[in-house]
Amino acid sequence: MTMQDRYPLAYRLYPYAKSPDQDAASPVRHPVVVVGGGPIGMAFALDLALKGTRVLVLDDHEGIGMGSRAICFAKRPLEILDRLGCGDPVAEKGVVWNLGKVFHGEKQVYEFNLLPEKGHKYPAFVNLQQPYFEKFILEHVQALQAQGLPLEIRGKNRVDAIEQDADGATLTVMTPDGPYTLKADWVVACDGASSPLRDMLGLGFEGEVFKDSFLIADVRMTANFPTERWFWFDPPSGAGASQLLHKQPDDVWRIDFQIGWDVDRKEELKDENVRRRVSQMIGEEVEFDLVWTSIYTFQCRRMTQFHKGRVIFAGDAAHQVSPFGARGANSGLQDSENLAWKLQMVLEGTAPEALLETYDDERIYGAKENILNSTRATDFITPKSEISQIFRNAVLDLAETHAFARPFVNSGRLSVPCTYDESRLNGADDLVGGPARTRPGSPCPDAPLGDGYLLNALGAVKDARFQIVGIDTDVPDGFTAHGVSCNVLPLNTADNPMLRDRYLGAAKGAVYLIRPDQHVAARWATWDETAVTKALGRAIGKEL
Amino acid sequence: MGKLIIAQNVAAADDVYAQLIDAHEGKTKADSDAFNARLILTLINHIGDAEVITEALAVAEG
Repeated sequence: MTMQDRYPLAYRLYPYAKSPDQDAASPVRHPVVVVGGGPIGMAFALDLALKGTRVLVLDDHEGIGMGSRAICFAKRPLEILDRLGCGDPVAEKGVVWNLGKVFHGEKQVYEFNLLPEKGHKYPAFVNLQQPYFEKFILEHVQALQAQGLPLEIRGKNRVDAIEQDADGATLTVMTPDGPYTLKADWVVACDGASSPLRDMLGLGFEGEVFKDSFLIADVRMTANFPTERWFWFDPPSGAGASQLLHKQPDDVWRIDFQIGWDVDRKEELKDENVRRRVSQMIGEEVEFDLVWTSIYTFQCRRMTQFHKGRVIFAGDAAHQVSPFGARGANSGLQDSENLAWKLQMVLEGTAPEALLETYDDERIYGAKENILNSTRATDFITPKSEISQIFRNAVLDLAETHAFARPFVNSGRLSVPCTYDESRLNGADDLVGGPARTRPGSPCPDAPLGDGYLLNALGAVKDARFQIVGIDTDVPDGFTAHGVSCNVLPLNTADNPMLRDRYLGAAKGAVYLIRPDQHVAARWATWDETAVTKALGRAIGKEL
Repeated sequence: MGKLIIAQNVAAADDVYAQLIDAHEGKTKADSDAFNARLILTLINHIGDAEVITEALAVAEG
C-alpha cells in the first residue's frame, strides 16, 4: 500500500512503524486520539500527556512539512510552550524586531518602534520558520517520551473514516500496511484548514470567503540588510495589493506578495518571475538566493460549533483567518491550552462534561475576535469600494506627516490573547480599583518575580490545576474544594513592584483565582473561603 | 443623542462655510474626495470620543 505525501518534509521525525494495534483481534481503545501532528495537535497532545493522560497522535505524514509558513509567533503561544517546557529554544532561535517601516507606492509613509512593555519573560513575538517551531516541540516530546511521557505518535497513519456513538468514536486508519480500526473516547481534530474529519462529519465551515493569493518567497541575503518589518500598500511593482518583508533566522527574509486571485500559479512561481519581484522590492543591486517559494490562498471563516459529539476541533480545522496579524497558529495554540485542562478534568471526573461546552464558547469568542481583526486588516489593505479606497489613501497620506493618523493604518493587528469577557466560567470581580487588564477572563500578564517570572511560578507545579495568588494580603497555605487541590502562591509588591500596576491597580491587596490556562477566573480584595469555593466551582463548570 | 453638540456652535458660520468651499476651489473631483477624506479623519481625531462619532454618523445618515 503506497501512501503519497501531500507535501515535502523538512524533518522526518516519526517514520512509520507497525503498531501492535494493527494486528489486534478487536479494535484497541484509546482515551484520546489527536488527528494531525502539526503544531496545534502536537502542543495539545504534549499538554494533555504532561497532565498524565495517555494520548495517541495520528499523522498522515512522517514528520514536519517544508516551508516557513506561520512565521510570526506571539508572546502568549511562547508562554504556553514555556509552560510545556519548550518555550526557550523557540525564543532563542527566533528573531525579535522592533523597527517597522510602512510604504505606500514608492514612498515611505513612516517608521515606528514597537517599544515593548518591560517585565515580560518573552518578547511580543518572534519570527521563526514554522518547521523550527514544530521541531522544538517535537524534540521536547521525544526527550520526554524517553522518560515515559504517555504520548505516542504514529506516522503515515491517515484517518479515512469515522463513526461516532454516545461514548466515543471508531476510526478507520490507513497505513502502508493497509487499514486498521481504532476506538477513542475522545478525538481531537487538528487536521488543518482543509480538515478531512470536518468533511467526514459533514460539518459546515462558514464565513466570508475572501479570495486572494499570496506568493511567498524566502530569500537568503548575507549582505547587511536590516532586521525590520517593511510593509507596502500598493507596492510600486504595481502587481498586487501589498508586500511584506520580514526577517527570519539564518539570514533568511520572508517576502509575502499579495498577488490577487486570478493568477497563473505556475507562471508566477517560475524562478525568474519571483526573482524579478524580489529585486523590485529590495533593490536590483542586492544579491540573494531563493530558499523556498510557494503560493497560498486564504479565507476568513469558522465552524459554527467546535465539537460534534466526541470529536473536538482545534486550530485551522476550526477556524481560518487572513494572514494579517499572525492569528492562525497563534490562536490555534490558545485553542489547545483552553481544551487541554478542560478535557483532562472531564476525563478525571473532577468536572462535568458540560465544561467542554465552554471550550466552544470561549474559543468561538476568540475566533470571532480574530476573524474581525483579520477582516478589518484585509479591508484596509484591499479596499472594497471606491470610497473606502479614498479613505484608506487619505489615512496613508496623513500618516506621512501626522502621527495621529497612524493608529488608523492597519497592516494587521498582531495576535494578542483573548480576554474571555463573557465566559460562563468567570467568577466575581470584587477588586475595587483593580486593573482592567487582569479582570476575570483575562490571560495573566507576566511580571518579574524574584530572579524569575510570574508565569513560570504559575506553571511550576505540574499537578496544580488551579492557582490562588495572594498579593499583599493573607492567603491560606493550601486550598481544596470540589475535589480540586489548588496551588497557593503568596506574593508581595515590596519584593515584586511590577505586580502592582498589573494586578493591584488602586487596590491595597488582592486574591486571584487563576485557571490552569493562566486566565483569571475571579478576584477579590481579601481571602474569603466561601467566595473562592463558589468561584472555583463555577470555573470548573459546576454551575453550567 | 447625548454627547454630540447639535445646538448652534459656530459663531462665524458664513466664514467657516466659505472656507470649506474655497478649499475645494480648483480641485478635481478626485482631489476633492481625497481632501474631504483627510478632513473627516482629522476632525474625527480631534473629537476622539467614539460615542460622539457614532452620533455624528447618525446625523449624517439623515
